[in-house]
Amino acid sequence: MTDSPITEDDLHAYVDGVLNDTRRAEVTAYLEKHPEIADRIQSYSVQRAALRSGFDPIAEEPIPTKLNLRHMIDAPRQNRASSWRAVAAAVVLLFVGGSGGWYMHDMVASPSEGVAALAKEASDSFATYASDTQRPVEVRADNMVQLVDWATERMGRKPILPDLSKSGYRLMGGRVVSTPHGAGLMLMYDNDQGTRLVMLTRPMAVDQNRTMVPHSEGKVDGWTWASNGMGYSLVGSLPSDALHPLANDIRRQGMEPV
Amino acid sequence: MDDLIAEIEPMIPALRRYARGLLHDAIGADDLVQDCLERVIAHWHRRRNDDARAWVFTILHNLAINRLRQASHRGQHLAFEDINEDVLAHRPTQEDGLARSEIMSAVNKLPEEQRSVLLLISVEDLSYAQVAQVLAIPIGTVMSRLSRGRERLRQILQNPTAFNTRAGSHLRRVK
Repeated sequence: MTDSPITEDDLHAYVDGVLNDTRRAEVTAYLEKHPEIADRIQSYSVQRAALRSGFDPIAEEPIPTKLNLRHMIDAPRQNRASSWRAVAAAVVLLFVGGSGGWYMHDMVASPSEGVAALAKEASDSFATYASDTQRPVEVRADNMVQLVDWATERMGRKPILPDLSKSGYRLMGGRVVSTPHGAGLMLMYDNDQGTRLVMLTRPMAVDQNRTMVPHSEGKVDGWTWASNGMGYSLVGSLPSDALHPLANDIRRQGMEPV
Repeated sequence: MDDLIAEIEPMIPALRRYARGLLHDAIGADDLVQDCLERVIAHWHRRRNDDARAWVFTILHNLAINRLRQASHRGQHLAFEDINEDVLAHRPTQEDGLARSEIMSAVNKLPEEQRSVLLLISVEDLSYAQVAQVLAIPIGTVMSRLSRGRERLRQILQNPTAFNTRAGSHLRRVK
């Protein structure tokens, strides 16, 4: 036995199994005499084991191709810029080249993911809410602060509320809607002829940046894209050509600092 | 470069795991690991640190912290719903006695500086000295963060609702 008193550090080293035999025996003896402290140390050991088994499945996942060292060593350096740097470069390009150089992420998404999924979700929202005469929006445009706060809280990202008044569309309001990929914000616009448009925006796990693509489902057309981790989809019963400039306008407003 | 592959490749699963523990967002975490590996490749022959594991974790940790600071600077939320649902679906096992969902959401409520120490020691099995190196702090600070982290985690697990907001340093004390 040594004479040195048991320290808090000894107790943690005991939990982590890094004490030498002598000291471990001393800590064990100490804990037998102090059941309250023994309980606390026991719960640290349970924690440690639970953390390991909680995080271990991540380490057992197959390594994604982009993290294959052999490919990385072989590839020319400029191809290895990570995606956020590429995004920054694309933003610069966008400003330099006007509507040109939009960054296209080289990620292939399945139809149930990414912008393809978002386009579907937007069309569904349009089908449900645009035809609603009772209560198409939950929060009206005269309460924009409340709408933004609500959506920010539910999505974890602050949304933009694009202004389409130059094109004759007025923001009616919006609501938080559920999607298979989490909460989204639906905004609804109408013009003086009662034509309604729906824009759905939500954070993107897949397709964080994606060039704008048109889609069409029956009489409903739309344009969908993603920028800096947020997806946007504008849909309406309008010809695709008529929607395109509106979608471009929204995308431009999304690029402006809030 | 063969020595690089032999030493670094076996670490990649652990690097992904640590990055995910800090960032919660699987894609962002892998981007971070990719960034880290690029730096490792670029600096491999010039590294001064003999301990490759501590060196690589240092790079990854610093990248993660920059990322977290950028995100909080922009007021951006870091999603933590991204924890693999398969993980959450598992029932508690005999040995650990805690549901995985419980421990995963509890550890997310720790301040970042305690969470990183806890993950590096409990999950990644780094020594206390290695953690001091990775975080560039004295070993005494490592021990006190470990001690505070474990105690706070114990309190969160005992009374999860008292810690419902995930706040960096503003956690309410239970006692």
